[in-house]
Amino acid sequence: MSDITKQSLTQLIENIKNKKLSSTDVTKAFIDRSEKSEELNAYITNDFTSALDKAKKFDQKPNFNLKLPGIPMAVKDLFCTKNIKTTAGSKILNNFVPTYESTVTENIWNEGAILLGKLNCDEFAMGSSNETSFFGNVQSPIDKNLVPGGSSGGSASAVAGQLTPVTIGTDTGGSIRQPASFTGIVGLKPTYGSCSRYGIVAFASSLDQAGPMAQNVKDCALLHEVISSYDPKDSTSIDFKRNNYSKELTNNIKGKKIGIPKEYRVDGMPKEIEDLWQKGIQNIKDCGAETIDISLPNTSYALPTYYIVAPAEASSNLARYDGVKYGFRAKGENLIDMYEKTRSEGFGAEVQRRIMIGTYVLSSGYYDAYYLKAQKVRKLIKNDFDEAYKKVDAILTPSTPSSAFKLGEKTNDPVSMYLNDIFTVPVNLAGLPGISIPAGHDSKGYPLGLQIIGKAFDEQNILNIAYAMEEKINFKNKITDWWIK
Amino acid sequence: MSIDLKTIKHISKLARISVDEQRAEKLAGDLNSIFEFIEKLNELKTDNVEPLTSIAETTLKLRSDEVKSKNIREQIIKNSPQDNEDYFVVPKVIE
Repeated sequence: MSDITKQSLTQLIENIKNKKLSSTDVTKAFIDRSEKSEELNAYITNDFTSALDKAKKFDQKPNFNLKLPGIPMAVKDLFCTKNIKTTAGSKILNNFVPTYESTVTENIWNEGAILLGKLNCDEFAMGSSNETSFFGNVQSPIDKNLVPGGSSGGSASAVAGQLTPVTIGTDTGGSIRQPASFTGIVGLKPTYGSCSRYGIVAFASSLDQAGPMAQNVKDCALLHEVISSYDPKDSTSIDFKRNNYSKELTNNIKGKKIGIPKEYRVDGMPKEIEDLWQKGIQNIKDCGAETIDISLPNTSYALPTYYIVAPAEASSNLARYDGVKYGFRAKGENLIDMYEKTRSEGFGAEVQRRIMIGTYVLSSGYYDAYYLKAQKVRKLIKNDFDEAYKKVDAILTPSTPSSAFKLGEKTNDPVSMYLNDIFTVPVNLAGLPGISIPAGHDSKGYPLGLQIIGKAFDEQNILNIAYAMEEKINFKNKITDWWIK
Repeated sequence: MSIDLKTIKHISKLARISVDEQRAEKLAGDLNSIFEFIEKLNELKTDNVEPLTSIAETTLKLRSDEVKSKNIREQIIKNSPQDNEDYFVVPKVIE
C-alpha cells in the first residue's frame, strides 16, 4: 500500500485492528517518507531503527485494545524522552539526554504508539516561524521557502507533509494553532492544567500547554484523549473528569451560541481574512448554531501583556542553563565568566532578547511598572472572557492575521513577528482551550485557519463545533510533494 | 523612555549573558522597539485591579516527603559537561 502515509490516524488504527496493515507496514511507510523529506528539516533527531524494532515487537504480540496500537509518531523536541536526546531546538541542550520521560509522551507510548523521532522547533519554543532553531529553519510542505509557522513548526510540517500521522506540540502564545493554520492542519491548545507539563522543557510556566496536531478533528480528539491526564508531578495539573473526546464527538451543535468578538477585526487585516471569517460565521449558522456579536474590550492589550509575562517567566526558567550540570559549557577564566560565556554562546539571538526583556521587567525598580501591571491587565483580559461566556458557549475568530509568510521576511523586525500571535495570545493569558481548523486558502493558495475558543475544560464543545464546521468546509490541503525528488 | 547601552550592560550582567558592544547596540534597538509597543499598557487604569498570579485556581496539594528516584546519580552525572565521576566540576571559585 503506497498510500499509507495519506491515511488519517483513525483509518490507520482501523486498518491495524483489521489486520489489513501491520504496525511494521505503517512504521516503514512513515520512515520511508521521512527519509525522502530531509529538505523539510522537520526532524532534529530520528529514532527510526528502534522504531522498526518496536513495530516488529508489537506485531509479534499485538494489543488491539490500546488507543494507538502500533502507531508510529514523531513529537516536538521540547518533550523529554528517556535516553533520547532532547534539545528544545537549542545549542545549549545539544547534547542533553534526559533520564526521564515527559508525562504526555509516556501517555502516548502507554497506549501503544511508537516514537519515530524528535521534531524541529523554535529555540525553547520562542518564535513564530521556526527560524530561531539552532538546527536550522523548517520548510513548509505548502511551498518552498515558506515558513511553517512556529514554534511547533517541525510538528506542523511533519503532519501536513505526512511524515507522521499525528503529533504533539506545545502552545505558549499560539505555537500549536498558528503553525496548524499556516500548514492546513488541525491544532488544539487545551485548557491550562489539562495536560501535564512534567518533562516539557519550560518556557513560560503559567502559559505553556501541550496539545495535539492532526490532519482532522477526529484524530485530534483521539490524541487529546490520550495526552490529557491528571498528574501529581505537575503542581498545576488539574484533577477534573476528562471525556472520551473522540467517542463523544458529535457534529450536532444546534442551538449553540457562538460569540463573534468585534475587537478581532484589527487594523490592516487583509480582506481575505475578513472574508474567511464571514464564511465561517455563515458556516457555523448552517450547522444550526446561533452567532452573537460580543466585545472583548481589552484584546489589544493582550500582546503587550504577553511580552512582559512570557519573557519574565522565561528569564526565570532559563536561569538553570549555566553550563554546570548538563548541556553546553563554554570555557571561562572563572565561574562567572564561564556562566556568561556559556549563556552568550549557547543561546540564540531571540532567546537572549527575551531573557533580557524578562530580566529587565523583573529587575529592581521596574517590577511594579511592568510585571505587576501586566498581571493586572492579564486579569482584565480573563474578565473579558468570563463576561462573554455568560452569553455564549464558544467564540469564533480567525487563527492568524495573515497566511504564512516567506522565510526571512520578518526576522529583522521582532515586533512584526510578534504580531502574528495577536489572535492566539489572549487564549493563553486566560488559560482557555482553543482549536485552529483549516478553513480556506488565500489568493496564493496558502491555507488559512479559523479558531474556536472555548470555556475552561470545555474541549469537547469546541471539538464538536470544529467537527461540524470541518464537514461543511470540506477543506483539501494542497500538498504537491515539492521537496521530494 | 529609552533603554541605553549602560542599561543593556546592567541587564546582561543580571542575566549572566556576556554581550559585546555590537550585540549591545543591536539589543538596545530591539528592546526599545519592543518596549515602545509594551508602553501601550499605560493607557489602562489598573489601580483597583487584583493581579492575576495563577491561572489554575487550585491550592497546592500536599504529598508525603519520600524519595522516589533511587540510585540515579550515575545517570545524572552522565549529562554533565565536566565531572570527576562523583561531582560536577566547575572553574575554581576560591583563591
